[in-house]
Amino acid sequence: MTTTPVSGKQPIIAMRNVSKVYGCGRAAVHALRGINLQIEEGEFVTVMGPSGSGKSTCMNIIGCLDTPTTGSFLFKGLDVGGMSRNQRAMLRRYALGFIFQGFNLLSRTSALENVELPLIYRGTPVHQRRERAMEALRLVGLEDWSHHTPGELSGGQQQRVAIARAIITNPKVLLADEPTGNLDSRRSKEIMELLTSFNRERGITVVMVTHEANMAVYASRRINFLDGLVDTDNSTGGTN
Amino acid sequence: MLWETIFLAMHAIRRNMLRSSLTVLGIVIGVAAVIPLVTMGNGATAQITSEISSLGSNMLFVRPGQGGHNPGGAHAPSPMFKAADADAIRREISGLTAVAPTASTVSQAIYGNENWSTSVIGSTDAYLTVREWKIKSGRQFTPGEERAGKAVCILGATVKKELFGAQDPLGISIRLKKLSCQVIGTLRSKGQSTFGSDQDDFVLVPLRLLQRRLSGNNDVSGIFISARDGVSTKKIKGDIARLMRQRRHIGHGQDDDFRVRDMKEIMGAVTSTTRVLTALLGAVAAVSLLVGGIGIMNIMLVSVTERTREIGIRLAIGALEKEVMLQFLVEAVVLSCFGGLIGIALGLTAAAVGVHFLKMPFIFDLRIVLLAFLFSGGVGVVFGFFPARKAARLNPIEALRHE
Repeated sequence: MTTTPVSGKQPIIAMRNVSKVYGCGRAAVHALRGINLQIEEGEFVTVMGPSGSGKSTCMNIIGCLDTPTTGSFLFKGLDVGGMSRNQRAMLRRYALGFIFQGFNLLSRTSALENVELPLIYRGTPVHQRRERAMEALRLVGLEDWSHHTPGELSGGQQQRVAIARAIITNPKVLLADEPTGNLDSRRSKEIMELLTSFNRERGITVVMVTHEANMAVYASRRINFLDGLVDTDNSTGGTN
Repeated sequence: MLWETIFLAMHAIRRNMLRSSLTVLGIVIGVAAVIPLVTMGNGATAQITSEISSLGSNMLFVRPGQGGHNPGGAHAPSPMFKAADADAIRREISGLTAVAPTASTVSQAIYGNENWSTSVIGSTDAYLTVREWKIKSGRQFTPGEERAGKAVCILGATVKKELFGAQDPLGISIRLKKLSCQVIGTLRSKGQSTFGSDQDDFVLVPLRLLQRRLSGNNDVSGIFISARDGVSTKKIKGDIARLMRQRRHIGHGQDDDFRVRDMKEIMGAVTSTTRVLTALLGAVAAVSLLVGGIGIMNIMLVSVTERTREIGIRLAIGALEKEVMLQFLVEAVVLSCFGGLIGIALGLTAAAVGVHFLKMPFIFDLRIVLLAFLFSGGVGVVFGFFPARKAARLNPIEALRHE
């Protein structure tokens, strides 16, 4: 188990001895069994591991959707475990971007409206919202599809709408749950290149769950989960 | 901010037209059912009331017989009035405008080949005043004709039509039983009464003529009395009763052998009946409102369940619980108001059409419109609100996983 060397800079994500237990007594499921993990700002991390290894639970905690049972989770030094529901919602609103598994776009809603959704909750005025949403769609190459609903778009296009929605707020951390899960290799490559460019050009920290080892090459660091613990944690450039 | 929320809500409503129209349909049916039923109930009440008052709202009627029903057999029938009783009322009681002693019989009215069975009423010109009949053509009786019991008559509109058609009857003689009788006037039509009888089907002759030549006695079967405007009919009723008890020698403690009734009393009885009718219609309408409400409830519950994933997405990208709830609440309010307005428009149209065909007055009752609107709207809001609150409190992870 490696931890990044302590520097003067605060890590954006810091987990100390985090465990998560669902249920109680004999039926209790230990999803995480004491994780120590630090992610620095600007990193591109892939998270891998078999299902049930705790990677999704870990992602939910990083995404401030869930809180640890024991241990502490600090986001930019803020203790998320002690936050209220609304405080965590605010953190998600202003600092996090999500690319959910299976796109999770609003059906019967145009691509443009899907993309501008996070800005509505930030109280951005309408015209500014429109402009930024169009810009985000242009960035993912869908400016001509802005008025199509998800049902009228291909899987790759839907995923790009989801990406546009995730980065429109310019989040600190972008969490992606199998963003290439349902796509062929060409579309997967396009998506990965988009994520890489956001990481490089905007300095957005990316944490991505994937099953495909060849997607991990885009990342600067690779974390493997096994049985609720971090199994291996290394940068792809380094040796195992 | 509020306008934006409403705008977004309308957007969301348009996004799922089928679901929205089904929700609206419940409200529309509820509101559109209540309004015509209650409006028509009110219209019927108003119509009946106005018809009764067209009989003469200041009218009183005195007839022989014991209160309520005439007991048969065991008791001797109450003696009839005489013309002198009417004269005594006219002379001794103040605050009256007209007193009309009447007697009647049934007879064939014959003219040429035409033959019509009708009732013959013997009275004076005062009868026309009390019952508010208007002369359409010709004239009423002269005092001389009344005194002498001259063979003249005034025709009701139905009798005129049946015997003469379009022909002018004035000056022509018709036959009543064995009596030949000259037509001196016709009456303007009043049409059917509330109770379905034809008010225009009678022939009016001088009382004395009827007594001598048609019925063969001096009886007066009833006295119609008209009170002056502003005079209490209750007081007059008491005065008449006292006078009649004295004239008919009814001892202290004995029951009246006659009865004085006024139109207010009759009107009261009838309006209370129609009020029951309106309440009944209202109850039926309330059931339909309730059924509409249950419809709204179902759609709202299904709608929120169906949109759990949407709620999950919104929560995950940083929407607060209260923001999600507000969104659903505003959607429900906008939908309900929309449905309510359509329902009011439809209901008022249906009421206007129904009232037109039933020939009733159109009585606009703002209270019932508001009540229907608020009820449906309230149901929409309440049943949109509670499932939305439940959903907004969900764990976003679970809401996202919902299919």
